[in-house]
Amino acid sequence: MAALSEEVLLVVKRVRQKKQDGTLYLMAERIAWGPEGKDRFTVSHLYADIRCQKISPDGKAKIQLQLVLHTGESTTFHFANESSALKDRDATKDLLQQLLPKFKKKANKELEEKNRMLQEDPVLFQLYKDLVVSQVISAEEFWANRLSLNSVDHSLSNNKQEVGISAAFLADIRPQTDGCNGLRYNLTSDIIESIFRTYPTVKQKYAENVPHNLTEKEFWTRFFQSHYFHRDRINTGLQDIFSECAKQDEKGLKSIVGQGVKNPMVDLLALEDKTLDEGYGSSSTPSTSSSSSTKTVKENSNLAIIKRFNHHSAMVLAAGLRKVDAPNDQASETSSTDGNSRDSDFFQPPIKKVKLQEAIEYDDLQNESGPKTVALNLKKSDRYSHGPVPLQSHHYSTSQDIINSVSLIQHEMSNYKPCLTQVMSSSAASSAITALSPGGVLMQAAVQQTMNQLVPTDVQTELKHLYTAAGELLRHFWACFPVNTPFLEEKVVKMRSNLERFQMTKLRPFQDKIQRQYLSTNLTGHLEEMIQAAYNKFHAWQTRRMMRKT
Amino acid sequence: MKLNIEGLLVYFPYDYIYPEQYSYMLELKRTLDAKGHGVLEMPSGTGKTISLLSLIVAYQRAYPLEVTKLIYCSRTVPEIEKVVEELRKLMEYYAKEVGEIKDFLALALSSRKNLCIHPEVSSLRFGKEVDGKCHSLTASYIRAQRHSNPSQPMCRFYEEFDAVGRQVPIPSGIYNLDDLKDFGRRKGWCPYYLARYSILHANIVVYSYHYLLDPKIADLVSKELAKKSVVVFDEAHNIDNVCIDSMSVNITRRTLDRSQANVDTLQNTIQRIKETDATKLKEEYRRLVEGLQEANVARETDIYLSNPVLPDEILQEAVPGSIRTAEHFVGFMRRFLEYLKARLRIHHVVQESAPQFLKDIFEKVCIDRKPLRFCAERLRSLLRTLEIADIADFSPITLISHFATLVSTYSKGFTIIIEPFEDRTPTIANPVLHFSCMDPSIAIKPVFERFQSVVITSGTLSPLDIYPRILDFRPVTMASFTMTLARTCLCPLIVGRGNDQVAMTSKFETREDFAVIRNYGNLLLEMSAIVPDGIVAFFTSYVYMENIVASWYEQGILENVQRNKLIFIETQDAAETSMALEKYQEACENGRGAILLSVARGKVSEGIDFVHHFGRAVIMFGVPYVYTQSRILKARLEYLRDQFQIRENDFLTFDAMRHAAQCVGRAIRGKTDYGLMIFADKRYARADKRGKLPRWIQEHLTDGSLNLTIDETVQLAKHFLRQMAQPFKREDQLGLSLLTLEQLQSEEMLQKIAQIAHQA
Repeated sequence: MAALSEEVLLVVKRVRQKKQDGTLYLMAERIAWGPEGKDRFTVSHLYADIRCQKISPDGKAKIQLQLVLHTGESTTFHFANESSALKDRDATKDLLQQLLPKFKKKANKELEEKNRMLQEDPVLFQLYKDLVVSQVISAEEFWANRLSLNSVDHSLSNNKQEVGISAAFLADIRPQTDGCNGLRYNLTSDIIESIFRTYPTVKQKYAENVPHNLTEKEFWTRFFQSHYFHRDRINTGLQDIFSECAKQDEKGLKSIVGQGVKNPMVDLLALEDKTLDEGYGSSSTPSTSSSSSTKTVKENSNLAIIKRFNHHSAMVLAAGLRKVDAPNDQASETSSTDGNSRDSDFFQPPIKKVKLQEAIEYDDLQNESGPKTVALNLKKSDRYSHGPVPLQSHHYSTSQDIINSVSLIQHEMSNYKPCLTQVMSSSAASSAITALSPGGVLMQAAVQQTMNQLVPTDVQTELKHLYTAAGELLRHFWACFPVNTPFLEEKVVKMRSNLERFQMTKLRPFQDKIQRQYLSTNLTGHLEEMIQAAYNKFHAWQTRRMMRKT
Repeated sequence: MKLNIEGLLVYFPYDYIYPEQYSYMLELKRTLDAKGHGVLEMPSGTGKTISLLSLIVAYQRAYPLEVTKLIYCSRTVPEIEKVVEELRKLMEYYAKEVGEIKDFLALALSSRKNLCIHPEVSSLRFGKEVDGKCHSLTASYIRAQRHSNPSQPMCRFYEEFDAVGRQVPIPSGIYNLDDLKDFGRRKGWCPYYLARYSILHANIVVYSYHYLLDPKIADLVSKELAKKSVVVFDEAHNIDNVCIDSMSVNITRRTLDRSQANVDTLQNTIQRIKETDATKLKEEYRRLVEGLQEANVARETDIYLSNPVLPDEILQEAVPGSIRTAEHFVGFMRRFLEYLKARLRIHHVVQESAPQFLKDIFEKVCIDRKPLRFCAERLRSLLRTLEIADIADFSPITLISHFATLVSTYSKGFTIIIEPFEDRTPTIANPVLHFSCMDPSIAIKPVFERFQSVVITSGTLSPLDIYPRILDFRPVTMASFTMTLARTCLCPLIVGRGNDQVAMTSKFETREDFAVIRNYGNLLLEMSAIVPDGIVAFFTSYVYMENIVASWYEQGILENVQRNKLIFIETQDAAETSMALEKYQEACENGRGAILLSVARGKVSEGIDFVHHFGRAVIMFGVPYVYTQSRILKARLEYLRDQFQIRENDFLTFDAMRHAAQCVGRAIRGKTDYGLMIFADKRYARADKRGKLPRWIQEHLTDGSLNLTIDETVQLAKHFLRQMAQPFKREDQLGLSLLTLEQLQSEEMLQKIAQIAHQA
């Protein structure tokens, strides 16, 4: 039993699969099931292959758990232990729930990545077909150094776009009654992540309390019980661990409010020019004068809801922007130290000017004055005006230089006098021209230009594919040298056999084919040479190794 | 382009012009020619400001002796700054066409908070603090003290301005608030006083209403502005409320308690001064006997509020003997305070007129009318004599003195209401004395009388005839211009029923009805699913919004809305709302889309524009009637009925509809903009409501869109939005709603324009 070396996380006895009793094992990387009395697994799935798990609804007679694979197949386990079937199933489910996402991401990402590469690159796709589908080399070998090669520039070019948070993620957690005065909330890892991203304080609480004070389940139970989740409830219990969150949120909201707004056009505080002094004016709004003490509990809770909505929306918005802003913030922070913003007190932020101009603009009354320009925001203006100083500035020619040189050439041209004493003889000249014309001695290579007429296109494409495939294999082969580790040794031997296999399964049939079509066999001559060179190298290496050994 | 407006050469800084802008300038020119007042309505986003500025500047240049100054009053600071920027654009065009114009000065004036450059003072957050701190550094007697005590802190910007600023006039040009500050920094002069000084000789002054309408401030700032000025009130749809607010006073028990403390302080100070420096008081007494009210110079920095009554009502005689000495006056005030306290100790509501009040006070505590009228003046003199540093501390007693002066000056147009408690909380005693102005024409009358042309303009002034009536003036021109459109870019819809056919209305009896609230919620939900980017929804009041939001939350409607858009809600806290607004715009900007729940008559509905994608739909939940149970309002309605023959219901509907129009008009800010206007109340369909909407909205309200269900609304809205999303180019507009100079000059077009204008 090879799996014995793996770490077994959970063993569930009396689990049926296809009406056969057996034992379910959850290992570090896979889930496996073996029938009773036998010491091998008939079912074994890597977690990475599992797309999702499904469970039978509560109250059903059969307590089952189904695994759906990426391939679309599914496996159903029936928990048959009368006394603890439900518990067993839930334990399995919970463990799977924790394990699957870890593998899922990895697997999906890799698969997606491979898929993307194949789709974007037809040559690669052909290569893949030639080598992997025809089983010259295994898929793993094929990807082994592809991915590592591309992972670097991939991470740069394909900067993954952060997915925003749905504003209604809390609404998505629909409570369900379980029939006996209880509520069930279904949390997915996505929702949990949304909660954490939107409410960092909850994340902090989670980190503080789980798992040493509370279990995860208890934590979320409390969360849903707290006034914090139910926004209309007024803070009452002090023992509630989330009361602190609420306070922090309050603080956060205050600090956001305290920062003020950047856009002067929406700053309501600065809207009024001259407010009436206290006591003047007709107070037609009676609600403003009433102090908070006279407000009823209902009104207070209503206000709390409104506050929470504003806060929630702001947080959701901020959570979406946070990642993007991070590098920008850094930039602005560093720039703020270099001087420009120091005297911000003396220069009104230009945003005001821009907003004012925007507000008074009638774009349909004006003729367009060219494309809209973007204001240049300079952190260091001196750097801009000097530009990066070229190291060899004298190599750059100014327009004056160009004009000068043109006039110089013109001058020379007009003064050109042929020097007739030093010309070639006419016969030598004409033989040189013949030699350089198509078909001439020096233009022999031009014969190959006619190949596209000689060889039918399908043979051509096939040849191309053979070239790329052979090139790929040879690249793998040559990449093994110098052979200094046992792994490489192994690989080089394997690559040689791969090459041989390629020669047998691909090259030979092709050669036969062109022979049948009476085409010149030297089409593949170069391919043969390349492979031969590899064999020679391998041979040389092998003999050297043997000598060293003996 | 250069336009010919009935023989006047007008430089217009754009290559194209809207037909209505041309008509607007025509009307304006006629108003100026007639030296009369005008009421002009033109939708926002049709370039009202630039038309106005172009014409008046041209008029000023053509007839420099007829119109010497333009006083442009706007409502908010951003509006003021926008006007100055538009003016700058105009003057740049002038410079390009005819060369730099010499001797042209235009500037904006705002409160100290927006203009101060003193490092310490300007860092304060609230306007009042800035004013107080400024006063403590620049008041005349403080500066006098500095001669003997050089260590006294001072404001070097003001000193510098005082020393040299007045001799050299500010160079000609356009000065926005920031330009003034820059200029002030360069020169080391105080921008605020520089601006206040410069408005006297500026060609164009842009500032807020209060500097002209509030007598307490107008007397200090705008007293010396030339008569041959043109005054423009932009965004004037609320001007009556501004007038009323500037003349009304509320007194609570807290005010009285604090006034009592003020009086005690005054008493002590008088006692102390008497022991050390009795001559000061004697000097004051002598001055009062002679009736020298404001003979002293260098008073501009003293920010005691001026007399609350209008200049023509101020008595030109000496202060009566009974309050001439300081002690007597303090005693007088004490008596007056005691009387007010007694009046506030009541258990039922009292409403009386000013003469009744005066009669009662005479009978109870033997206070005559005449000394009361001098209260404000006398207190000001005393505060100055006593050299009170922190003037803000004395605002309660100042308020009381203003009340005394007002109540004894005006016998008509005001009412006194004493309420022992708030209606909503009858168990908690909170007595308030409202001294309420009911006649907006009182405050604005001197403006109409003093200046030769006053133009009242806004995007929503319908029905036009009501403004001349409530402000009591005779306009020579009254016109309402509509927006000529090449495509119907606004889509007003009246939703009267839910899908279950239950009528939707915010009528008092049914507003708490579950079905109504649910239907409102469904409307919002449906809209959030089909409208791109931003939606703004207005409720009739904060209380109503809070209740609805709570029940939407309970019903899970808001959660479903959140699936489509983020939700932001206006609160009564301005800072919090600003934050919400900015986040709202951010969410619209990054494509997420958002909903802003707001309140009609709130700050957002009055001051914030939702251009383009910031507001693709406005939903007006209910008809924003003012709180009709308020006694002040009732008194005012009664007064309107008796004095101006305006029926209560007419006025209430007018008031509600102008606010509704303001709210929905927030979303359309130009001809390239587009937006849905959803009136969610079946009462809008009635002719008396509909007829009071501005013409440019009414035009597009077809019979087919009067009483829709939510489903029908969704269908129409979808259709509209799909149409509007098509590309819209200049060529589509040209010749219809946008004209070149040649097109404008063609006979045919002129006729067409005249025809459109005459429909008004």
